[in-house]
Amino acid sequence: MSDGDLGLWAIPIAMLGGAIRVSTPFLFVSLGEVLTERSGRINLGLEGTLVFGAMSGYAVAYLTGSPWAGVLAAAVAGSIFGLFHGLICSLPRVNDIAIGIAMMLLGMGLAFYFGKPYIQPVAPDLPSIGFGWWSDLPQVQAALRVNVLFLIGIAAAIFLWWMFRATRVGLIIRVVGDSTDAARAMGLNPAVIRTLATAAGGAFAGVGGAYLSLFYPGSWNEGISSGQGLMAVALVIFARWNPIACFWAAILFGGAGALGPALQSVGVSSGYYLFYAAPYVLTLGVLIATSSPTRAVTGAPGELSITK
Amino acid sequence: MTTAPFSRRGFLKGSAALAGAGALGPLAGPALAGSHSPLTVGFIYVGPKDDFGYNQAHAEGAAAVKAMEGVVVVEEENVAETVDVQKSMESMINFDGATLLFPTSFGYFDPHILEVAPKYPEVRFQHAAGLWSADKHPMNVGSYFGYIGLGQYLNGIVAGHMTSTRKLGFVAAKPIPQVLQNINSYLLGARTVDPTITCQVIFTGEWSLAVKEAEATNALADAGCDVITCHVDGPKVVMETAAGRDCFVCGYHANQSPLAPEKYLTGAEWNWPGVYTRMVQTVLDGGTIDNFDRGGLAEGYIKMSPLGPAVTDAARNQFEATMAEMMKGDFAAYKGPLMDNAGNTILSEGQVFLETDIALESMNYLVEGVIGSTS
Repeated sequence: MSDGDLGLWAIPIAMLGGAIRVSTPFLFVSLGEVLTERSGRINLGLEGTLVFGAMSGYAVAYLTGSPWAGVLAAAVAGSIFGLFHGLICSLPRVNDIAIGIAMMLLGMGLAFYFGKPYIQPVAPDLPSIGFGWWSDLPQVQAALRVNVLFLIGIAAAIFLWWMFRATRVGLIIRVVGDSTDAARAMGLNPAVIRTLATAAGGAFAGVGGAYLSLFYPGSWNEGISSGQGLMAVALVIFARWNPIACFWAAILFGGAGALGPALQSVGVSSGYYLFYAAPYVLTLGVLIATSSPTRAVTGAPGELSITK
Repeated sequence: MTTAPFSRRGFLKGSAALAGAGALGPLAGPALAGSHSPLTVGFIYVGPKDDFGYNQAHAEGAAAVKAMEGVVVVEEENVAETVDVQKSMESMINFDGATLLFPTSFGYFDPHILEVAPKYPEVRFQHAAGLWSADKHPMNVGSYFGYIGLGQYLNGIVAGHMTSTRKLGFVAAKPIPQVLQNINSYLLGARTVDPTITCQVIFTGEWSLAVKEAEATNALADAGCDVITCHVDGPKVVMETAAGRDCFVCGYHANQSPLAPEKYLTGAEWNWPGVYTRMVQTVLDGGTIDNFDRGGLAEGYIKMSPLGPAVTDAARNQFEATMAEMMKGDFAAYKGPLMDNAGNTILSEGQVFLETDIALESMNYLVEGVIGSTS
């Protein structure tokens, strides 16, 4: 560890590092939610899926010794939660928001119940790639230690963006999300497609949870999530249902979250509660700036219950 | 999940039982509480009892009580500092016949214990932290706590020897007196080695917030701190993150050396098994526990983790010498002249705060050399 005192340069470096470290769960959950919402359904239960994914990922990684097996288990568990949500919502007169909240509580409760024996053991971590080799500053090297899941998340964001734009599957999901009637006229079954989209979205959220428990902060306990799953749902609206924009929103949230500790570490120590509120102030500001009294939210799927 | 309906049913059953407890409580209470053998002791924790931290330390004490003759232990974890803890206490008294309760979290005291205690004068409520006073509070409530700041002072001595950047790091939850005292003691310990050492503190604002604790630890490492300790409920994240950044760590609450065997120097641990078995034995012998009970190393309230493999001989010698000094009692970590980090005088030349000084329990400043602020 060198004695390098970076002065105020420490803040942008810490925010960059924080953005990379903290954003991944936001990214995965919001991508999953984009997929679900584009099909015309909203799944508020992703916070529960995230926590359950964190638990199951950690448990399986510990039991098998392989963090990737943990990620897979988290994805499977997440898709089961999503499937469950999707199936219940396919019944007539079921409200997807209410089911989402129920699923959130169920997911957290189950995760706490099954996760009890895994608080103590130490599971293997996911590998990361050091992109900071060109710098001899340990701070920069630490900030650019990028986890593989982060890179997979970027790839997934680009893939989803391309999928919605240019593929038949993407078109089907969008049609179902924009108009149930049109989808029916095309011979599609909206309930099945929405259920599948919710299951796939759940898998994304589960992987986001696995990142929390298997890389950063890298352990399972009952307070592992500080509402990332809920905030990511809001991020989707913020990102206007665009996967690429989800990536930037996640980065912004991650970086803003690192602001509080970074400022304290360079000696700006009073008012840290205020700095911790930075991500939320930012969200409010952007939403107000981009809102319009005259038109509906751009990019919103037509069948979404909150915007209909 | 195939198990989902199962657990849901279990949940419903559980809530039904709780509702029943509320209804039957007043009737069943006196009859059960009246029978004295065996003694039923209840422990309540605010978090999971295997968190490598505050709750685990208490649960280890409960486990020692469980092993005693003629004692039944009931435990409940994850009980919030709300009306929930009142329900838990009443359920333990009325259902399990508990006559001695240890609700261990700071926030359980006011108003929850104070509300329940007068209703059950035959039950003894023992609360961990420093708030009981004879003129204000019921006599069947007691307060006990240890001088864990001394442990952080010893952590600081070892840290002072091991740091090469002369900068220590402290991840703190909230700026309350006990936390501030730990931060200050940690730095004062280090300054006995080298008076130019500073300590950077980062407050996370919550007792348990994994991602923020990891971010704070990374920020400390970025700022050049190379020995890191903390005061949060579960130090696991801080220990693992700091060791991952190649920093040394000092533990807190419980022994965290399995989390970072090479980087762990020592740690300030609670020694609740000793304290709890002593108190329970007093009750078994028909005596009364003191309402206000305090102690440090000598009284067996706290202990230090065994020194880690990296600790140098110089550090070990001073650590052991200071510990021997503390065992004699009346140790003073705070000696004048002492300023806070805003330039106010805390102690002038010749003045000291002994470990027993009640002024330490209302500390609201950071001493000179700590980088950080209390608000």
